[in-house]
Amino acid sequence: MAEAAAPQKPLPQPDEASEPFFTGAMEGRLMIMRCTACGVARIPSRSHCDNCLSPDFEWEEASGRGTVHTFGVMHQKYHPGFFDELPYNLAVIELEEGPRLSTNLVGVENSAIRVGMPVVVDFQRYDDVALPKFRPA
Amino acid sequence: MPHPMRGATAITGLGMTPMGRIYGKSATELAADAVRTAIADAGLTKGDIDGLLINPGITGFTGGGISLPLQNYLGMTNLRLLNHMNAAGSTAAQMVQYAALAINAGIARHVVCVFADLPLSEGKSAGGAYGGAARNPGRPQGMAGLAPAAGFFGANTGYALAAQRHMALYGTNHDQLGTIAVGQRKWAGMSPISQMRDPITMEDYHNSRWIIEPLHLLDCCLVSNGAIAVIVSGAEDAVNMPQPPVYIWGMGQGHPGDPARHGFDPETETGARIAAETAYAMAGVGPEDVTQCQLYDCYTYTVLVTLEDYGFCKKGEGGAFVEDGKLGPGGTLPTNTGGGELSGYYMWGMTPLSEAVIQGRGQGGQRQVNNDVILCTGNGGMLSYHACLVLSPNRS
Ligand SMILES: [Zn+2]
Repeated sequence: MAEAAAPQKPLPQPDEASEPFFTGAMEGRLMIMRCTACGVARIPSRSHCDNCLSPDFEWEEASGRGTVHTFGVMHQKYHPGFFDELPYNLAVIELEEGPRLSTNLVGVENSAIRVGMPVVVDFQRYDDVALPKFRPA
Repeated sequence: MPHPMRGATAITGLGMTPMGRIYGKSATELAADAVRTAIADAGLTKGDIDGLLINPGITGFTGGGISLPLQNYLGMTNLRLLNHMNAAGSTAAQMVQYAALAINAGIARHVVCVFADLPLSEGKSAGGAYGGAARNPGRPQGMAGLAPAAGFFGANTGYALAAQRHMALYGTNHDQLGTIAVGQRKWAGMSPISQMRDPITMEDYHNSRWIIEPLHLLDCCLVSNGAIAVIVSGAEDAVNMPQPPVYIWGMGQGHPGDPARHGFDPETETGARIAAETAYAMAGVGPEDVTQCQLYDCYTYTVLVTLEDYGFCKKGEGGAFVEDGKLGPGGTLPTNTGGGELSGYYMWGMTPLSEAVIQGRGQGGQRQVNNDVILCTGNGGMLSYHACLVLSPNRS
């Protein structure tokens, strides 16, 4: 008889628009979109540039480097998939290319996290999806 | 020349249901109670009402929220203005703005603006009501799944991260945020309708559990069931109505846009700055003229950053500005005199608006303060949507 499965985190299911991002993530590459009309980079996936509304873009591999724009430490029980990890950190990373990602920091104590801290992407792999986390650079 | 909208309309009616852990009525029934009370308060009959603006709270997203069918439930016929609005916590002030604009344009004469919400269920925690993605089973689709996969849940998250950035950039500290919480609790103790009336100390504040660092429990607003309605009328009508009119001197909105966009600091630059420009210009006042503030205070931090953006102090100096307790009873800038959302009741933007009406009428009892110029604000989303009113008991 199978044991009851541990509660799962709500992992994203790649869809058509985000497929290049998640395929890149499985390969350890952080993919962003860059508008070919105005040159502004954006986090996938939007059909139009939020700066100039152009639909023209290219996928681009980001450097993976960024800084901690801000962060917090979650103590509240919201989702059972995270209960074992409480308290866990939440971080908004500003990529070198400009866009910001909501993620977590790994390889650092919560008490050592600082705004402005340089970080580098570190992919966390699950069975069929990988997520960009960040560690101190 | 004064702006033609300055003093052209007034808030003439107010209706409030019991608020808090109130059970046994639907949001629609609560809304009807508030509307009935507001109509009677204004000395009107239902047939006098020709406009209805409707704002559900979180139940507008989670189910059971009030919407357009409220008109028929109330038996209101032949309205000249009707809509369901939702710009989150900025909606209450926005409803009053659209009502005032419509009245001034001759489209309607007496407009009811109503909010009702029912986030609390008997026996369930308050936090669950605002858990957001944590409520949804299964795997979120595409990029929208990144935040919940990282454990970003609920409204608390964005504000905790915003407060953190302000603290890092400007040295804002917990003593300063705590001063806001303690001061508002003092105000709440003077209001018979506030939910949390027992005094708290700075020690209580610091010892209250973490929700999301850097926010303690006592940095966060309440969650309440209930409903509030106000009526907006033209100034010519208002002078002949039973309650002291609370005149609308100015109004403004500010919606800064995608927080993740380039070069924008959504945690510290809010829509309040843009709304302030419009509202101060219309009212012909500046921050130095404001005698009391009724500010949207979903978190202590929201109060602090809003004060900065309304020009009461410079950007980054909000912490130093509030730390002497000037917002509390006896202070030089009385703010959230009903206890606000932190300690009074959480009716989204109707919390500051209802207290502004009570104060504007001079009906604040032992908590009544100088009401010459009242700044009343609403904030929604993650500091994403902002609207405000400048109010006064004086027509000009
Ligand atoms: Zn572009």
